[in-house]
Amino acid sequence: MPIQVLMPALSPTMEKGNLAKWLKKEGETIKSGDVIAEIETDKATMEVEATDEGTLGQILIPEGTNDVAVNTPIATILSDGESAADLGKVAAAPPKPGKAAEAPAAEAKSVPAETKSAETKPAAPKAPTEPDPEVPAGTEMVTMTIRDALRDAMAEEMRRDPDVFLMGEEVAEYQGAYKVSQGLLQEFGARRVIDTPITEHGFAGIGVGAAMSGLKPIVEFMTFNFAMQAMDQIINSAAKTLYMSGGQMGCAIVFRGPNGAAARVAAQHSQDYSSWYSQVPGLKVVAPYSAADYKGLLKAAIRDPNPVIFLENEMLYGHTGEVPKLDDYVIPIGKARVVRSGTHVTIISWSNGMSYALKAADELAKEGIEAEVIDLRTLRPMDTDTLVASVKKTGRAVTVEEGWQQNGVGAEIAARLMEHAFDYLDAPVARVSGKDVPMPYAANLEKLALPSVAEVVEAAKAVCYR
Amino acid sequence: MAAPKKTAAKEAEQDKEHDAPPEFTREQELGALRDMLLIRRFEEKAGQLYGMGAIGGFCHLYIGQEAVVVGMQMSLKSGDQVITGYRDHGHMLACGMDAKGVMAELTGRQGGYSHGKGGSMHMFSKEKNFFGGHGIVGAQVSLGTGLAFANRYRGNDFVSLAYFGDGASNQGQVYESFNMAELWKLPVIYVIENNRYAMGTSVTRSSAQTDFSRRGISFNIPGKQVDGMDVRAVKAAGDEAVAWCRAGKGPFILEMQTYRYRGHSMSDPAKYRTREEVEKVRHDQDPIEQVRERLLAAKMTEQELKAIDAEVREIVNAAADFAQHDPEPSPAELYTDIYR
Repeated sequence: MPIQVLMPALSPTMEKGNLAKWLKKEGETIKSGDVIAEIETDKATMEVEATDEGTLGQILIPEGTNDVAVNTPIATILSDGESAADLGKVAAAPPKPGKAAEAPAAEAKSVPAETKSAETKPAAPKAPTEPDPEVPAGTEMVTMTIRDALRDAMAEEMRRDPDVFLMGEEVAEYQGAYKVSQGLLQEFGARRVIDTPITEHGFAGIGVGAAMSGLKPIVEFMTFNFAMQAMDQIINSAAKTLYMSGGQMGCAIVFRGPNGAAARVAAQHSQDYSSWYSQVPGLKVVAPYSAADYKGLLKAAIRDPNPVIFLENEMLYGHTGEVPKLDDYVIPIGKARVVRSGTHVTIISWSNGMSYALKAADELAKEGIEAEVIDLRTLRPMDTDTLVASVKKTGRAVTVEEGWQQNGVGAEIAARLMEHAFDYLDAPVARVSGKDVPMPYAANLEKLALPSVAEVVEAAKAVCYR
Repeated sequence: MAAPKKTAAKEAEQDKEHDAPPEFTREQELGALRDMLLIRRFEEKAGQLYGMGAIGGFCHLYIGQEAVVVGMQMSLKSGDQVITGYRDHGHMLACGMDAKGVMAELTGRQGGYSHGKGGSMHMFSKEKNFFGGHGIVGAQVSLGTGLAFANRYRGNDFVSLAYFGDGASNQGQVYESFNMAELWKLPVIYVIENNRYAMGTSVTRSSAQTDFSRRGISFNIPGKQVDGMDVRAVKAAGDEAVAWCRAGKGPFILEMQTYRYRGHSMSDPAKYRTREEVEKVRHDQDPIEQVRERLLAAKMTEQELKAIDAEVREIVNAAADFAQHDPEPSPAELYTDIYR
């Protein structure tokens, strides 16, 4: 029976890819291990190896086809004695990812490279209903991925200020473990785009030292999980030096990288550090959701004279959004944004938590509950005024975060609302959060460990006594 | 009989030529004496003030190790950076920071270098290129490497000095820094002040390789063991290391063999070593006595030396007086300097 060759996945989170090239022609003999095709995503190129012997019977997807879904049959292989006449009856062969011409991201630390399937995570939401006050009416908008928005922000700031440089693991030659720094080495050279060895503690300290002498480093952590190794330099050196020196010596530095749950990478690679960093005076902590905010806030972070923790989200890198086409689009740190207005309940989140919040607001609207959704964007300093103003209107609040509940950012928000809006609250603040467990690997358990749209809907109804 | 005697003397002289560091000029001897005396008297005063309760918390005295910072500083030029750990008063004074400002920081006063918010372990001076004053053992090594990174980034020929102890030499980030410093040829001198004890643990009980000058071998960083009690030896080694770094050849390690006379901090009962051991070093190797003896041998009078001591004591007394009478920081100071 002819064997089907299926479109392979390049990483656990890949959904589709391009069939770049066929290296074998129909009718050619194939041995197991032969490279038959090349596929590519925006991140990497990979060779597809045959797992069976025979003859390449039929090419089902011609080369140059884009966005071929994983597991789509791309060709058939005929065994000995079979002919084109047998093509009707096929058995699927599992694809075998071959030698990656460009290894999938972060192999060294076993982090998957691609953005996440829509099955376990909400997809990009519809555009916010509220206009962005930072953008003048009539501004042309450009659609781009969050990955590109980050790259553009860094490139623009590096063009603007020769003291800004980027250092981290795989940021230069490899073009970024998540392809965020694509093209920066080519534009700015090895002096300003610096590959480091895998030594987070050491290079974080070097970055802080360089910042103390007046440079403006962007230190990329491949993920914030690895920044645990560098925590001492971030907290004890970066955050406290200005104070300990009586204002003489500060530290203009950005620590950035993906934070929070990735997909199917288990406990050590899936953790939200929002509350960890946002507790520390001396640090600013930014965790945007939309592509425009990623760009505008990273530019602000790079210009800020203080140490800024810039928490990105791997799931969002591939998401696209509208970014204003402005020469210098900078969003002030410390301002939350009402992205959807409503009158019945306030839902507060940030970063990927906004995915749940916005979807839940859609669901609630169907049941006649108009939720106001606030994207906190900056966790420290926290924009309490915007939260309080909203709760004065709605009288009810739900927080949504992927991190753990104890001492979480939601707990802080609830406390502030109690302190500043107690008389306006018609119900206790509800918190939706990651469950109080290390992140499990199994797909079903991982889904359970994270917040869900249903939980947000349920919490919103509960505070509305519905 | 005269011949063999002459030969022996010649041999001894040759040995001396081989081992002894280059002589200082009279000016250099006097400068070193004065700078070392300032540190010694300052630290003695700090110890007294601590005993009186005017200084709180941790207070780590530098007495005994003065030749290290004074000798190294003689090798530097204006613009070179210095960073160290928490036994840092000597480094500040050697960098030219004002004794009043340092002492007032020890007493937690407004006129201290950090307005009383840093204390003994955390002082900085942008003007003097002194970058602290760090309390986490080993952290200053990565930071100092970062200062060197900035020099290289800017393309200047300044050198950064990262001081740390035999204890810090076992920290992981030290080796992460060594690796990157050599990889990127950063102009940083790692000055390991081996005073034989990491708090109460002797080097033989804590370190598999007690020759600290060899700690950079696996990274191809050259290293040298130096008599850290002889300011001339320190200066000579400093010159060599500084020349190496300024020439763009990368980092250099200097192991300064030194000794602290006092405890690790003020509360140290020092049960881990004998009184005799301390006395022997004081008697045989004291860095200040060595210079005094050479100056006396060069026909300087006790009177002249006493005048230097008196001048230093005056500076220290004025600093102590200022530090006890300067006001405490205003309560508003609590909330300043958190963000710029």
